[in-house]
Amino acid sequence: MRNPQLNKHGELQHLLTIDGLPREILTAILDTAAPFTEVAEREVKKLPLLRGKSIFNLFFENSTRTRTTFEIAAKRLSADVVNLNVSTSSTAKGESLLDTVDNLCAMQADMFVVRHAASGAPFLIAQHLETAGRDHIHVVNAGDGRHAHPTQGLLDMYTIRHYKRDFSQLTVAIVGDVLHSRVARSQIGALLTLGVPEVRVIGPRTLLPAEVEKLGVRVFHDIRAGLKDVDVVMMLRLQNERMNGALLPTPQEFFKVWGLTAEKLALARPDAIVMHPGPMNRGVEIDSAVADGAQAVILPQVTFGIAVRMAVMSMLAGQQGGNK
Amino acid sequence: MDASACRFSSATNDSPRRPPRPRWSTPACATGASAAASSTRWPRSSSCNNSWIPTDRLHKALGLTQPLGAIDVSFYRDDFGSKGLHPQPQRTDVPFVVEGADVIIVDDVLYTGRTTRAAINELFDYGRPARVDLAVLVDRGGRELPIAARYCALTLPEPLPARQNLQLECDPSGALTLRLIDA
Repeated sequence: MRNPQLNKHGELQHLLTIDGLPREILTAILDTAAPFTEVAEREVKKLPLLRGKSIFNLFFENSTRTRTTFEIAAKRLSADVVNLNVSTSSTAKGESLLDTVDNLCAMQADMFVVRHAASGAPFLIAQHLETAGRDHIHVVNAGDGRHAHPTQGLLDMYTIRHYKRDFSQLTVAIVGDVLHSRVARSQIGALLTLGVPEVRVIGPRTLLPAEVEKLGVRVFHDIRAGLKDVDVVMMLRLQNERMNGALLPTPQEFFKVWGLTAEKLALARPDAIVMHPGPMNRGVEIDSAVADGAQAVILPQVTFGIAVRMAVMSMLAGQQGGNK
Repeated sequence: MDASACRFSSATNDSPRRPPRPRWSTPACATGASAAASSTRWPRSSSCNNSWIPTDRLHKALGLTQPLGAIDVSFYRDDFGSKGLHPQPQRTDVPFVVEGADVIIVDDVLYTGRTTRAAINELFDYGRPARVDLAVLVDRGGRELPIAARYCALTLPEPLPARQNLQLECDPSGALTLRLIDA
């Protein structure tokens, strides 16, 4: 079966998940993002690439950082951006997701950036657009349920490449609540596709998906053993809002065992970088001393996120035959 | 042109084809536009990553005090809608203050003028230059925009047909050669 994210020329039509994307495409996105980082230093922080395009940010779930960076990215590409907030939208009045999409298509949408609590919602929209023959409209997944958050995974890869240059010698640890994390799924997929030889996931049994090792990662239930000699530490947010049932004793106890402190970080390589997708729970999964420390690259991640999202949107809008 | 190549002097000093020194008093810099409408790939000097050899030499020959810049027009092209993004855009690097500067844009081959248009647009996003000039090695004819080079080493007597391209090559001794290739 054809990858629904690629058009018949093998170019990106939608960005829905990292899974199934070849290394060349991931590398092309990272390569394209690099020159976009320079735009922030200009007098006029705008490029004319998406002039006249309408991009709808469809956020059915709360987000500040992701929605804002998508909005800035689109605006720096000169697109017109419309933010739809679920709490004030027709969805709250009972309109179905696809009816909302059809209405926005009638307003000449060129791209949807979608966040939804239900895994697969962006796929559903992409499929609907294809069925309706609207091949010129593109979908970017900005996080769906527990499934995927591909632009976060890509900006994390951009950050790693920026600081470590080469993926082929790295040991990377993903720490914390992997079970509820779409970010972790996208990170694991991207790291393995880009050729990272050792990806570790570290967390309590209750917060790691069953058979996670089948993805090709090494599993650690002891954070100290897991952090030993790693080059990159990717912390995850403890997702209290997605938990049902007693997976954890208390946040304080979680911090004592699983929180990243300077003492635990000292087990990693001395030049290891610390990443976090945000929003951070200080004193739960990460200690303030580490979050604000010299090894943290958490704020550069946010900045790189703009360039990576500019790259994704311009690659989608600019592919052959998709923009006529 | 039948021999499919025409040669330029590789000397940096006393080159008979060196463009004349600009007459204005404080030239700021030379800028190499690094994506040609004729889609030529340029040799880059090993000493300076963002400089293209003729620009490098021109910059030295003119004794400019401001650093050399480089423009990649991928994000400003007018064919983005039909052709999409250039697969490997390079970083645009403008390491000087554009506001009030005298800028020379340098390109190898002047053809439709669309690359120059894009480069000028991009330059203006960095500030308002006092003056912009265009220097090219070859004018191959076929302009689609009202653009002309102020300095041009060679103007082809007849416009080159669209099916042919000129490709600049640089051999290890530094000699530059223009090769006629089929597009």
